[in-house]
Amino acid sequence: MTFKIAASPHTHQRRTTQQVMRWVYLALIPGVLAQTYFFGFGVYIQLALALLTAWVAEGLCMRMRGRPIGHAWQDHTAIVTAVLLAVSIPALAPWWIIVMGTAFAIVVVKHVYGGVGQNLFNPAMAGYVLLLVSFPVQMTSWPIPAELAQIQVSITDTLNLIFTGFTSAGYNLEQLRMGIDGMTMATPLDSLRNDLNHQLTLTEALTKPVFGDIAGIGWAWVNLAFLAGGLVLIKQKIISWHIPGGMLVGLLVPAAIYWLFNPDQAITPMLHLLSGATMLGAFFIATDPVTAATSNKGRWVFGLLVGFIVFAIRTWGGYPDAVAFAVLLANMCVPVIDRYTQPIAYGHGGRS
Amino acid sequence: MSAATKAIEAGHIWTFPGGIHPPERKDRSNTTPIEVLPLAKQFIVPIKQHSGPVGDLMVTVGDTVKAGQPLTQVGINNALPVHAPTSGTVSAIGPGRIAHPSGLTDTVITIDADGNDEFYSFAPLADYTSLSRAELLDRIRQAGVAGLGGAGFPTAQKLALQRPLDYLIINGVECEPYISADDRLMREHAQTIIDGTEILLHIAGCEKALIAIEANKPEAIAAFEALLPNYPQLALRVVPTKYPSGGEKQLIQLLTGRQVPSRGLPIDVGLVMQNVGTAYAVAQAILNGKPLIERVVTVTGDNIAKPGNYWVRIGTTVAELLNHCGFEPVADSKQEQRVIMGGPMMGFTLPDLDVPVVKITNCILVPSNQELAPAAEEMNCIRCGACADVCPAQLLPQQMQWLAKAKDYDGLEQQNLFDCIECGACAYVCPSEIPLVHYYRKAKAEIRNIAREKAKAEVARERFEARQERLEREKQERLERHRKAAEARKKAQAEAVAQGGDNPQDAVQAAIARAKARKAAQAAAAAKQNQEGDDE
Repeated sequence: MTFKIAASPHTHQRRTTQQVMRWVYLALIPGVLAQTYFFGFGVYIQLALALLTAWVAEGLCMRMRGRPIGHAWQDHTAIVTAVLLAVSIPALAPWWIIVMGTAFAIVVVKHVYGGVGQNLFNPAMAGYVLLLVSFPVQMTSWPIPAELAQIQVSITDTLNLIFTGFTSAGYNLEQLRMGIDGMTMATPLDSLRNDLNHQLTLTEALTKPVFGDIAGIGWAWVNLAFLAGGLVLIKQKIISWHIPGGMLVGLLVPAAIYWLFNPDQAITPMLHLLSGATMLGAFFIATDPVTAATSNKGRWVFGLLVGFIVFAIRTWGGYPDAVAFAVLLANMCVPVIDRYTQPIAYGHGGRS
Repeated sequence: MSAATKAIEAGHIWTFPGGIHPPERKDRSNTTPIEVLPLAKQFIVPIKQHSGPVGDLMVTVGDTVKAGQPLTQVGINNALPVHAPTSGTVSAIGPGRIAHPSGLTDTVITIDADGNDEFYSFAPLADYTSLSRAELLDRIRQAGVAGLGGAGFPTAQKLALQRPLDYLIINGVECEPYISADDRLMREHAQTIIDGTEILLHIAGCEKALIAIEANKPEAIAAFEALLPNYPQLALRVVPTKYPSGGEKQLIQLLTGRQVPSRGLPIDVGLVMQNVGTAYAVAQAILNGKPLIERVVTVTGDNIAKPGNYWVRIGTTVAELLNHCGFEPVADSKQEQRVIMGGPMMGFTLPDLDVPVVKITNCILVPSNQELAPAAEEMNCIRCGACADVCPAQLLPQQMQWLAKAKDYDGLEQQNLFDCIECGACAYVCPSEIPLVHYYRKAKAEIRNIAREKAKAEVARERFEARQERLEREKQERLERHRKAAEARKKAQAEAVAQGGDNPQDAVQAAIARAKARKAAQAAAAAKQNQEGDDE
């Protein structure tokens, strides 16, 4: 009679990678709903395109690498990458944008480096940056919030726009993005940076309808919805608070100081927090465990760095938003951060 | 008194980082009193059951022995004896399977029981304070007492270190899931444990003992609370339920806020720790003169019909024990059944049941695959850091895992691999089901091997160099001797010539001249002969 040989421990907490990833994309639901409410159904089509592309790309890569395909699909990491990229790009961007971005993220950023767990850069954000530098117009053409739009876009028109570039009535995206005054509406951060660059004061710049009361119509609510999902992740211990906390502090503190000294030429701290991709970045993107720092202290430093880079690029850089750049730049610093934030092991002179 | 000491005295409980809360499942075995296991017909006693060298054999095949009779001697370097678990005949001495993760063999003594269970004569001791410290230590050594908590470190060796001690800690935490052997022992034998603790304090020359029990053992806590008012030098400390709070280093951190230095011992921070089972065994050894021949073993798991705690004679085979507890091995071709010696976190699986229970065996766990699902397939690490969050030693398990797979041993040492206590918390939470501890154990073994090889190579090199040096030295000495001899000879000649005697050199010259003349004459004769030959 012989028995099975196994290595200890013989018991296991059943929270698999798949479950972790599932929590991440489920926690994105409030944000997606908010996006739908303000920017239309485009986000669902982007999601479908991204998921399909990711599924195919993941399968092909595993096949070419001679690895079991089922494995890669099972861990759900590609789903998270696809969903994050789909919610990051403008909802009415042409179909080839998301397909190209997702394929790049999965094939080049993830699998070329050795697949899940081996990539140096956050796949979704590397894909986003590739798209942003290659197709700046498409990537900054956010639809205007529904309540400001002259023309409401139906589901069929959304499909038509994404796949052909025109609605059934013949409008193109540029025309749909025009406000009542006939001017194309930019996102709040974009509009503000342009106006501040054109020597307008903050008060003048903020009079544009796109701002609403808090931090831009729609944008504030979308950010709050991502924040809610992020808090669920912290509660469920899927992510630790260190990275989001660090990023928000790293963004808010310099932003507040700068704003106190330049009250009329600086983006307000509130706008920093609740506009653009701040909350999505803080809770869902910077927290990607593969490409972030390892220890809690390191995560805190990593978060602070991301936050500060976001502030710096939004304030002095050439792009309206900066979460993707900030995350990639911080990814590069991870080995150094890890090197200097290694926790003091038991018995090495640390304090209890 | 410093603030830190005051806090310890006041009963402050510190925390340690990390830790996990796996399902405890102790109620399956801890609700019934400890039962005495009926004697087996045959016992297998490995001669090595503690960490350290083994003692010399005192019996041969065919000898009759009594229960408690030593089978091996106390030896140098804390070699501990083992004792006959019951009366009977030594039927074999030789290699046999022992309880070790590797399934290795070692020397075992097989005893066929005669069924009378006659005891060897022990010498009870009325007043242990009348003996010297050395005599008491010797008594503990003679009784073969080794740490019953897991490592099997010789108890007397721990106590023999003559260093200032602040506290003796008695470990009754028992944080591994399923196991309740210490729990039941504390409930039923609190007085003996206290007696043992007093003896340990006396021997260690220490004034105060802290008895630590995990909060999930209210009955054991109550048992001590009832007795402790009579013992002002003993204090009870209830620690929160968290795995691995019973680890030596973690418990020290919990009770004193101190940390044992890396690669150091608790005594380096003025502490010594003993398990409650060890305290019990010490009391038996000192007061009754009784050697360590039995211990409490928890037998539990879904596939055990009669789970509970048993007084088991050391040397009883696991098969015998499980048979009594109603385990029916089902023949299954896939070999899915696991039999674990120890707990689910740190225990090891047994390949078969013919191995004996030894001094450090606290539990035999026979789980179903529903309660403890077998390990699933290992996936890629996603660096989620869940392992680092639960690591009580504040290591970075995921980094160590990459380094271990890459065989980067320098990197592993930098990550303090050797501070890993192998508690298994990291592997327990890993969402990719990576057997992290397994990788660390392998890496540690390989690093130790490399160090051993290096030491061996170093010795070989030193030997080679020493030999080269010796040969060179001998050659030089030889040449020097020749030179001196030649000089002496020359000197003697010169002196002889100076005194008008024959110069031996002249004789040589004359001999050479004679030889030359003879050679010339021969050559001339040969030439002449040739000439004549040609003429004919």
